[in-house]
Amino acid sequence: MAKRVGIEVSIALAEAVKLANVDVIPAYPITPQTHIVEHLSEVIANGEVDAEFVLVESEHGAMSCCCGSSAAGARTFTSSSAQGLLLMSEILFIPGPMRFPIVMAVVNRALSAPISIWNDHQDIMSQRDIGWIQTFADTGQEAFDLMLHAFRVAEDRRVSLPMIVNIDGFTLSHVVEAVELLSQEEVDQYLPPFKPRYRLDPKKPITMGPVGIPEIYSEAKVAHNEALKASKKVILQGWKEFADLFGRQYNPIETYRSEDAEILLVTMGSISETAMTAIDTMRDKGQKAGLIKIRLWRPFPGPEFRKAAGKAKILAVVDRCLAPGAICGPVGAELRSLFYKVPGAPKIFNFIAGLGGRDVTVERFEEMIDKATAFAKKRPKELYEVIGVREK
Amino acid sequence: MIPEFEKFKRFKAKNLPKEELLAPGHRACQGCGEVLALRMAMKALGKNVIVCMATGCMEIITTPYPQTAWEVPWIHIAFENPASVASGIESAMKVLRRKGKISKKHVDILAVGGDGATSDIGLGWISGAFERGHDFTYICLDNEAYMNTGVQRSSCTPYGAMTTTSPPGKKSIGQVTWKKNVPGIAVAHNIPYVATASPAYFLDLMNKVKKAALVKGPAYIHIYSPCPTGWGSAPERSIEFAKLVVETKVFPLYEVIEGRYTMSRKISKPKPVQEYLKGQRRFRHLDEEHIVYIQQRVNADYEKLVRLSEMT
Repeated sequence: MAKRVGIEVSIALAEAVKLANVDVIPAYPITPQTHIVEHLSEVIANGEVDAEFVLVESEHGAMSCCCGSSAAGARTFTSSSAQGLLLMSEILFIPGPMRFPIVMAVVNRALSAPISIWNDHQDIMSQRDIGWIQTFADTGQEAFDLMLHAFRVAEDRRVSLPMIVNIDGFTLSHVVEAVELLSQEEVDQYLPPFKPRYRLDPKKPITMGPVGIPEIYSEAKVAHNEALKASKKVILQGWKEFADLFGRQYNPIETYRSEDAEILLVTMGSISETAMTAIDTMRDKGQKAGLIKIRLWRPFPGPEFRKAAGKAKILAVVDRCLAPGAICGPVGAELRSLFYKVPGAPKIFNFIAGLGGRDVTVERFEEMIDKATAFAKKRPKELYEVIGVREK
Repeated sequence: MIPEFEKFKRFKAKNLPKEELLAPGHRACQGCGEVLALRMAMKALGKNVIVCMATGCMEIITTPYPQTAWEVPWIHIAFENPASVASGIESAMKVLRRKGKISKKHVDILAVGGDGATSDIGLGWISGAFERGHDFTYICLDNEAYMNTGVQRSSCTPYGAMTTTSPPGKKSIGQVTWKKNVPGIAVAHNIPYVATASPAYFLDLMNKVKKAALVKGPAYIHIYSPCPTGWGSAPERSIEFAKLVVETKVFPLYEVIEGRYTMSRKISKPKPVQEYLKGQRRFRHLDEEHIVYIQQRVNADYEKLVRLSEMT
C-alpha cells in the first residue's frame, strides 16, 4: 500500500527511481541535483536495489555511459543540472535518433556567467531541441509520479525515446513535502520490465550509430521527429492508466480557474503553485484571471494548449529564461507561433521572471497580470519585460 | 602472473582464424595500416565481442548506412567517448547477468579510437574508465595525426612531422613537440595490461589483443598504424614502415603486465632513424641537425624502456 510521508522532494524522486528497479546509474555530482544521486548511492550500498552506479569523471562521460548502458538493454537513469547538463549537451542529441530510452531528472538551475547555483530554466531551455520527451513537475508528488511515468513511456516500444523530468532546483528539489510513495507492488503493476527491441548482443549482431550519408540523413531526422510527435499518445495513455490505478490524473496542459478567464497566466514548474495563489487573490478582487500550466513541454501539446486557452483575450506568459537578443523568451516564442494568424487568438505578452533564484511572489504575478492588461490596450515597444529588476 | 593467461593459446601462422569479422568491401584507402591492424585484432577476439568505436576513419569507412562491414555488434556514439560507452555496456551486462536477464556467458568489450580520440580529446574519458576498472580493452589505432579531418597534428604526431596544422616554414620545422607517451599514461593507472603493437608483427599484435581480452579489468593496446594518405608514403610500403619503425627503435614493442615491463622485441642492431624517415613526405623537409636530434631522443627513450624492463 502507498504511504504518505513528509520527505525531501529529491529523495522522493530517487525513491521512484529505486522502485523502478533501475539497472544502471552513471552520474556526476552537481548542485542542486546531488541529493538525488547521493540517495541512490545509499540505496544501492544498502542493497535496496540491485543496480550499478557508475562513478563517471564528468557529465559528458555520464551521458556517454548512459548511451552504452541503454544500448546493452539496461534500464538507465541519470540526473544533472545547469553546467553539467551543458557539458553533456553534445551527447544529449544522440539517444533520441538512436532511440535509447534513457530517463533523466534535470534539477533546473541558472547558467554561468555569473555563476549561480539557484533556480531558473535557462539550463533546459538551452537544450530545448535535443529531441527528448520533456515534462515539468510542480510539486513533490508530481516529481515522484512523473518519474515512474517517464520510465513507462520512454521504454514503451512504440516510443523508445529518452525522457527528462524537470524539477526546479532548491525551490522544489530541496523542500520537504507530503508525498504519497507507492509500494513496490503498486509500481510493478504500473511499470513493466524493460524489454528493448534491439540490444548489443553477439548472438544477433547489429550496427548502431552508422554514418548518415546525405541520401539518408534527412530521413533519419524526420523519423526521429515523427516518433517524438507520435509519443504523445503513449504519454497520455501512461497518465490515464496512472489515474486509473492511483487516482491522480495528469494532463499535458493543466488549468486552474481558467473556464471563464479573460486573462491567463502561463507557467511551467514549481512557480505555478505561487501563481495559483495569485489567481485566487485576483479572483477575490473580481478580476477574471486564470492559470495555464505547461506540464508537457516536448512534444509540445499545441491542440491541448489552444483548447485550454479557450476564449481568453490575453496570455501573460512567464519564462524562467532570458534569451539574449531574441524577440521574446522561449515559451513566449512557442506560444506566439502556436497562435499566429489563428482567428480570435489572444494577445500574448511575455514576462521573464525568477532568474538565478530571484523569488517570484504573488505580488509579482499580480504585476504581470496588470501589465499584460495595460499592454493589451497600448502595445508595448518590446514583446517581453524582465520582471523585478532593480534600476539602481 | 595473470591466471587467465594460463588458458591462453598463442596464435601461430598455422592456427590463424579464417573468419573475417571486419568484412571486406569497406572504404579504407589503399595501404591503410589501421584497418589492417583492426582486422587482425578482430580475428584475435573472435565473434563474442561488442565493439565501441570513436568517430574517425575506421567508423566512417566501415558504416556508410545502409552498409556495414561489421559482423559483430558495433556502436558509435561520438568522438571522445568510446571508453565511456564501453563502461556503460560493461556495467549494464554485469547487472543484467546478476538479475538473470541475459546469458551468464562473458562477452569481450572493445573500445577503439584513433590517436586524436585517445591522446587528446578522449584522454579524460579513458582515464575515468581505467580508474573505475571496467573489464574492457581499449585499442588506440595511432596513425599520428587527425587523418579523417585532413591530416591535422595531434599530440601523437611525431617530432618534426609535417601536417596541415604543423606545416614546416621559415619559422617552424613542423611538429615541435615530442609524441605523447599514452601507454605510459595507461600504465600510471595501474591497469593489469598495457602493450604496444605494429601490424608488421601481426602474430605479436594478435597475441597481445587476445591477452588484453583475457585479462580481468582494463587493458590498453597502442597500435602503430601507417597512413599513406596522411604521411605521403607509398601504399605498398606500409608494412615496410611498420617494420622499420620497430627496427629503428622509434616505436618499440613491449608489454606491461601488472606494472612489469617486458620488451617484446629487443633491437640489438638498430637501423638509423633516417631509414625510417625517408620515403615519407611528412619528414622530407628535415635537415641533418633535426635527424641527429631525433636519433638521440629515440635512443634515450629506448634506453629508458630497457631500464624499466630490467628494473621490473
